Amino acid sequence: MRLEPIAAPTPARLLGLPLAALALTLAIGAALAALAGANPLAVFGLILKGAAGSRFALLETLNRATPLIFTGLAVAVAFRARLWNIGAEAQLYAGALTTVLLGTGAVAAPAPLLLPLLALTAFAAGAVLLLGPAFLKVRFGVDEVVTTLLLNFIMLLFVSMLLEGPLKDPLSLGWPQSPALVPDARLPRLVSGLRLHWGFALALAAALVTWAIMARTTLGFEMRAVGENPAAAAFAGMPVPRVLLRTAILSGGLAGLAGFSEVAGLKGNLTLDLSPGFGYTGIIVAMLAMLHPLGVVVAGVFVAGVFVGADSMSRAAGVPSYIADILVATALLTMVAALKLTRFRIRSG
Amino acid sequence: MPETVLRLKGITKRFGAQLANDDISFALQKGEVIALLGENGAGKTTLMNILFGHYTADSGTVEVMGTALPPGHPRAALAAGVGMVHQHFTLADNLTVAENILLGTRPLWRLGQGDARARIRDLARRFGLEVDPAARVADLAVGERQRVEILKALWRDARILILDEPTAVLTPQETEALFRTLRLAVAQGLSIVFISHKLREVLAVSDRVLVLRHGRLVGEVRTRDTDRHQLARLMVGADLPTQEIPPVPEGPPLLELRAVSAPGLSAIDLTLRGGRITGLAGVSGNGQSALAALIAGTLAPTSGEMQAAGLPAGPGWSPQAAIARGIARIPEDRHRTGTIAAMTLTENAILEAYGRPPFSHRSWIDWRAARSFAEEIIAGYDVRCPGPDTRISLLSGGNMQKLILGRALSPEPRMILANQPTRGLDVGAVAYVHARLLEARARGAAILLISEDLDEVQALSDEIRVISAGRLSPSFPRGTTSQAELGAWMAGHGFDHAA
Repeated sequence: MRLEPIAAPTPARLLGLPLAALALTLAIGAALAALAGANPLAVFGLILKGAAGSRFALLETLNRATPLIFTGLAVAVAFRARLWNIGAEAQLYAGALTTVLLGTGAVAAPAPLLLPLLALTAFAAGAVLLLGPAFLKVRFGVDEVVTTLLLNFIMLLFVSMLLEGPLKDPLSLGWPQSPALVPDARLPRLVSGLRLHWGFALALAAALVTWAIMARTTLGFEMRAVGENPAAAAFAGMPVPRVLLRTAILSGGLAGLAGFSEVAGLKGNLTLDLSPGFGYTGIIVAMLAMLHPLGVVVAGVFVAGVFVGADSMSRAAGVPSYIADILVATALLTMVAALKLTRFRIRSG
Repeated sequence: MPETVLRLKGITKRFGAQLANDDISFALQKGEVIALLGENGAGKTTLMNILFGHYTADSGTVEVMGTALPPGHPRAALAAGVGMVHQHFTLADNLTVAENILLGTRPLWRLGQGDARARIRDLARRFGLEVDPAARVADLAVGERQRVEILKALWRDARILILDEPTAVLTPQETEALFRTLRLAVAQGLSIVFISHKLREVLAVSDRVLVLRHGRLVGEVRTRDTDRHQLARLMVGADLPTQEIPPVPEGPPLLELRAVSAPGLSAIDLTLRGGRITGLAGVSGNGQSALAALIAGTLAPTSGEMQAAGLPAGPGWSPQAAIARGIARIPEDRHRTGTIAAMTLTENAILEAYGRPPFSHRSWIDWRAARSFAEEIIAGYDVRCPGPDTRISLLSGGNMQKLILGRALSPEPRMILANQPTRGLDVGAVAYVHARLLEARARGAAILLISEDLDEVQALSDEIRVISAGRLSPSFPRGTTSQAELGAWMAGHGFDHAA
């Protein structure tokens, strides 16, 4: 069995295969739901209802999508330049950390000044955290997969140390959490009375800006060129190391914004369970989106919807919400296979 | 009664609307060398890929030693005694020669064992394929890698050897050595299919020539009954264009190197003048790459003085600096450094100039300007393609090279570095590249032509320098030196001392 390239895929192939991937994902999910003793159609119905069946459900999904869009963008940007940033989780916490450091009273300013300041410092913190590994990569050839991955644990332990020590809220009854942000440091709600906050709007704006950078600017062109063929990019006169460092700033910064948005928009303080792996899920989101910044929004909402819907479904139908993890993972695998098959044909023998 | 070892019957293969092979039949006898001649895109490689089982034919059969091969099984072809040496080598760089040869024939943990080395040495001696079995492939020159590829096939007891454009990467001397090997192989009962588009080599090595054009077998002649002109007519379907080199007034010195040293180069003195093509001849690996890198801006001199367009090229010398001085660069490897496969023609067209108007203003790229530039190149340089939004990887080598040529030459550069500009191209594309270089010469550009094809160097150059072990010979004006004399310089004779 081997793959034969297809020069010009037909529209049917380009559209049909991803749809088939989705169908296959649903079929596998249905089988698992049946195995758990539930009616698959009912389970899917409940997931859909839980994710988008009401205004409340939909806004909850968008809320959950917000950090995934940021980390998905961070990963998409980095992977385009073949800078393997596995450390969005750590960069998210770096952004969250600066947000509570400056937003709990250290800086007194009105919201229109304080919020941009917090966002910028969170961006910078995430950027710095990825600049280190990127510098080691371009200067000494150190593998950034290893450094960024390990920084996730270092950062989490560092935050844990701070939360047990200097950053611990004296009123928390011994619970490891930071003091709450001052009111001026909180992102307002997008829809009054519901939890959706301005972080989501910021995420959409970030996706648009990232798309514009990738598609329309010289930096985006350099990033894509360096990612596809660093030798040719260097020969053409592109400053390859500088491009990678700039990519690191953009990617790390976007992940840092996820931390800012979660703390300032949703939680109001910093705890160790701020992120249930948003940094890692960002990789899935970016891959599902084929590294396209606008696709990241769609993929982020999709993944968030599956998780939110499955949570509510499991309460109603008694099927474990782990089915969400399986659905997302299967969707990724089938989609990657489908996208490969749009450009290659399987030949037996 | 000659024994037929290989028979192809009615092979037809379609890629979409394109008929790559149209009802091709031929037979190969034991101890025979047949040449498969045709321009790039004539269907030679497709045919061999079908024979070797990489592609499945839409119709037709392949028989080896009288038994039909199941279509689409490379292992079946291997087992039947067909060995293929690809144009692009399939060796593992980090393994030794012996390990590469043994790879796939025995379990991995036994690869490192030394017992096979003596037998490999013996095999190598029998076929005149000198190579050290203990050497790492990464350290080998291109010619040596090819010998490893051939040894690999012989090790598996190949009775039929298929060589796909084997000389595209070889120097004249290496080509001669390859031909000696092929004669030894034939004398020992092997049969050979030699795929090429170079007439001289086909005439030198084959017993019979099959000519392919647009996927069809248009001619079959015995080598001793034919000549260059007949083959060229069959291959191209018309007479070959002849290149005339008009006199051009000599211009000022544009690029000067004074006692320049760099890794791989010692005390180079070189002056490139306007309206002159300077040909650099030499066996590959003697410093051509370093000299090219120096001029292209990817390498800075460690000592000595370099001037481009009258200004020193010292610290901070870079590709951008070279481009800014007006040096056009045609890189040696169009796949690895010349283009980005996954990008479109438009994107590849502005790969060097994207940072300047009209292609960008304040970091914003003007894709309309970029696209119209790509369209200009496509029209002006005869790039055959569906359009500027096509991925460049879908283009043939010749069309890819034309795009690079257009990218480099459109700004009317004053200096041109043409590093192996015609390597692997077909007759038509070669003539096209030559004509464009001569046009630039007529315009007053200074051109450095680096080529392993001595015929090409001699045909185009106003003066020839030979490079050997990082040193440059004196300048030989056009027509003053024979190939034998140049060959002696290439072998390192005549240089007074190691500088």
